Amino acid sequence: MTPVPFVMQLLNALAAMLLLLSFAMLAQRRVVTLVDLFALQGAVLCAATLLLAWRTGETNLYISAALTLALKVIVLPRLLHRLIRRLGVYWDTDPLLNIPGTMLVGLMIVVFAFGLAQPISALASTATRSAVGIAVAVILLAFLTMITRRKAMSQVVGFLSMENGLFFGAMSATYGMPMVVELGVALDVLVAMLVLGVFFFQIREQFDSLDLEELEARKEER
Amino acid sequence: MDFLFVIGTPLAGALALIWLGAHRVAPVANVLFSLVTFAAACVLSVHVIAVGNLTFLHEQFFIDPLNVFLVALTALVGLTTSLFSRPYMRIEAEHRRVTPARLRLYHSMYQLFIATMLVALTTNNMGLMWVAMEAATLSTVLLVTLYQTPASLEAGWKYFILCGVGIAQALFGTILLYIAAEKVLGSQGVSALLWTHLDAVRHQLEPRVLSIAFVFLLVGYGTKAGLVPLHSWLPDAHAEGPTPISAVLSGLLLNVAIYAVVRCKVLVEGSLRSAWPSEMLMGFGLLSVVFASFCIWRQRDIKRLFAYSSIEHMGIIAFAFGMGGPVANFAALLHMTVHSLTKSAIFFAAGHAAQKSGSQSIDKIRGLVTISPTVGWGLMLGSLAILGLPPFGVFASEFLILTTAMRDHPWATPILLLAFGVAFAGIFARVQPMVFGDTTAKRLPHSPALIPVFVHLGIVLMLGLFIPPYLAHWYRAAARLIGGG
Amino acid sequence: MRSLHWFTQVLEVAAALAAAPLFHGWVNQCRAWLQNRSAPPLLQTYRGIRKLFYKDAVIAERASPLFRIAPYVVFATMLTAAAIIPSMGTRLPFSSSADAIALVGLFATARVFLALAAMDIGTAFGTLGARREMMVGFLAEPALLMVVFVASLISMTTSLPAISERLATQALTLSPSLAFTAVAFTMVLLAENGRIPIDNPATHLELTMIHEAMMLEYSARHLALMELAAALKLFNYACIGFALFIPWGTAMGGGGPGALLAAVPILGAKLAVAGAALAVIETVSAKLRVFRAPEFLATAFLFAVLGLLVH
Repeated sequence: MTPVPFVMQLLNALAAMLLLLSFAMLAQRRVVTLVDLFALQGAVLCAATLLLAWRTGETNLYISAALTLALKVIVLPRLLHRLIRRLGVYWDTDPLLNIPGTMLVGLMIVVFAFGLAQPISALASTATRSAVGIAVAVILLAFLTMITRRKAMSQVVGFLSMENGLFFGAMSATYGMPMVVELGVALDVLVAMLVLGVFFFQIREQFDSLDLEELEARKEER
Repeated sequence: MDFLFVIGTPLAGALALIWLGAHRVAPVANVLFSLVTFAAACVLSVHVIAVGNLTFLHEQFFIDPLNVFLVALTALVGLTTSLFSRPYMRIEAEHRRVTPARLRLYHSMYQLFIATMLVALTTNNMGLMWVAMEAATLSTVLLVTLYQTPASLEAGWKYFILCGVGIAQALFGTILLYIAAEKVLGSQGVSALLWTHLDAVRHQLEPRVLSIAFVFLLVGYGTKAGLVPLHSWLPDAHAEGPTPISAVLSGLLLNVAIYAVVRCKVLVEGSLRSAWPSEMLMGFGLLSVVFASFCIWRQRDIKRLFAYSSIEHMGIIAFAFGMGGPVANFAALLHMTVHSLTKSAIFFAAGHAAQKSGSQSIDKIRGLVTISPTVGWGLMLGSLAILGLPPFGVFASEFLILTTAMRDHPWATPILLLAFGVAFAGIFARVQPMVFGDTTAKRLPHSPALIPVFVHLGIVLMLGLFIPPYLAHWYRAAARLIGGG
Repeated sequence: MRSLHWFTQVLEVAAALAAAPLFHGWVNQCRAWLQNRSAPPLLQTYRGIRKLFYKDAVIAERASPLFRIAPYVVFATMLTAAAIIPSMGTRLPFSSSADAIALVGLFATARVFLALAAMDIGTAFGTLGARREMMVGFLAEPALLMVVFVASLISMTTSLPAISERLATQALTLSPSLAFTAVAFTMVLLAENGRIPIDNPATHLELTMIHEAMMLEYSARHLALMELAAALKLFNYACIGFALFIPWGTAMGGGGPGALLAAVPILGAKLAVAGAALAVIETVSAKLRVFRAPEFLATAFLFAVLGLLVH
């Protein structure tokens, strides 16, 4: 066993926390807690970025850490909390699959993700073995969260968490994308949230709820 | 300079139209901005023909034969759609389906949408391409929900989530591409995501990573292009949004998404030196063609009907690019052009038809020739064109694709022919009564301005009979660039 | 050296037998303090067991021999397990005969006998308890095995003393996988020993009890053995936890009598802390409905697998 530098150990630990938070989000039924977990995930991501920035001395990474902090830890969760309060959606109805079942599917997904990440992490520039696998797993778990939820709000949080996974993947494998791209992605996410905010109010006006079942119920009539 | 005008005009237009709001001149301004964009695109095309490939802004943008004709096409359809939307949206406003505030959003987002597509087409940076594609989705989400009906909200939500998830997969693909590229091009350079640089070193890229990347990219951009089984947002978004938006979604956005897939395919195939990306593209294409042509039979909404037809044609294009080689690529590019023109023309006509009858339901639209001959004949001719009847251009491109398929992949020919037949019967059986059926309604006093429809159909007809030499030259150069086969 | 190893072995078994009821009593005392009750004396468990040994055994009329044998089997299994687990020293002559997976098997054997004996009489409570016990076991065992696998994967061996030695001597690293498995192990420990989120050892409430329901028909020396076995099981689990996650302080391979001498108070300290921690966990968490137990154990399994994956 070759000794791994302490920074990398810390990074691994943070990566593991990201994965754990993804599972927590998968299991969480309260929308408010879901948003908090998302904010926490953002914070962990930010810490990991900072750590990597400190280690490599790349200014790019400092900027993206700042972006993460501003966008995913502060702005988006506050925006979501405000939306939740204004719209009054606190609980998700029963998910499509019961929680232990979802967890088992999630586990299988993680195994698959690690398999998928093998050739990628062989090529990745950072030394962390499992980071890329964890990134893929976070993406796929977020995807699963989106599939198993009925409330629009939970789906959106899942969507944002997927973005976290993507970001972590880019960061751990290549020390981040070129700055232009990263700024562009951040801008898109922010705009997406604004569009969604408008969208939610429109849905609310029409249906008096944010339950996607109503949307589906309509479909049957057609 | 001409390039900056191409990108800058619609962006400036988006800002100006926010400011103009629901002012009387807003629709005219919309047309003017589109006109300037189109003029700039024409100048740019002439420039490129004269000089060859160009790069701009530190190589972040570039123009080559493959994207220049798409830029010109996008600008053209953007212009004609803005012409169509002026009277169309005025009537919608008179019917109180849209408020002035929504009209402001509509005009501004329309220009923004055109701008994002032009950026996606001309950017050299695969990451920026992703950003532009996502921005194109975002700018149209609120346009799909413009009418605020429950159905349009459902369509908008589906569009947002499915395309959002799809495009997230594409981002992951892009990241993987970057990981592979960084090894070859070095991380310090900003060049690691520039397509021209990637293309130069594509044989050195790590094949295993690139093959995973391609799966994600294909799924991501394929969602956007409406390839089956990732298509389910497309009919809803087309049916529930305002007609001009359906026209540009179908005529332009799908093209841009296919363009992105093709760019990726070129890189991946160069790295893998095997044909499986092509085979995947062919598989998705064939599946889309067959599935969509059978779905056509179940449609009762005129815009959904033609939305499924768009899925079918995207399948044909994907299949043709999958086959690769000079002829198939040529045919696919031609098909992109003629489909884009024909389908937007059909949506214009269908929009008017639905407006006149007060419903999008096929059963309620009857006897268009009696009510308004221009709309009726426009819809009929457009449908005949899209169904691949000679002498329209669609016939030429489909014929080329079929003959190539017969030569290279004989097993696919009967499937394609069957799907064409099913689609033909399905669409014709629905359009015929709409146009010639009995109606009690009287003929409308004034005929709508349908110049865009006939301009589009005229070009399509011309392309069926004779392809101008410079256009053929473009197509060939672009087909060479894509290679494969 | 050999004689020292044998001495360690004997000392460990004796210590387990002696300290298990003490540990049990300590946990109870801590719980009482935390819940603002006046605590029972530390030696209460010994007294209870001694009293039971003096009584005459009453056995149901239709009890089969299995019912009589079960307490001895269960007790013997637990004692054997104690001999394998390196609580004070890692060079145990017994441990070469059984590795960590066999240990899980030993616990399973005890469980099967316990459940069979509970069903033997045919009373409603016994059957109910046995069924619940088997359900919990069926879910907890994979999780426990996963925990063992993670540790084996890190140290490349399945022998518990070897794992412990390897983990104690490697450079101190921040290992998320061990952290995950530690959480998983704690959850398994709670479930397997009838502790609070799953079962409450201090109640005989018919709707919720698991372990106690199986013991209802036992009396006198049989009951004493069963209770002693239960205390031993808790002690064993705690010692497995020490061996995997805080292995420092046990007498390693090369250590002489001095190391062994030092290991005794260290083990005592670890037990004291662990007992207090256990009491805290039990006090702050609420008992889950029986139907939620699978969820709890699925989470434990999840943690263990995550530990395996991020390794």
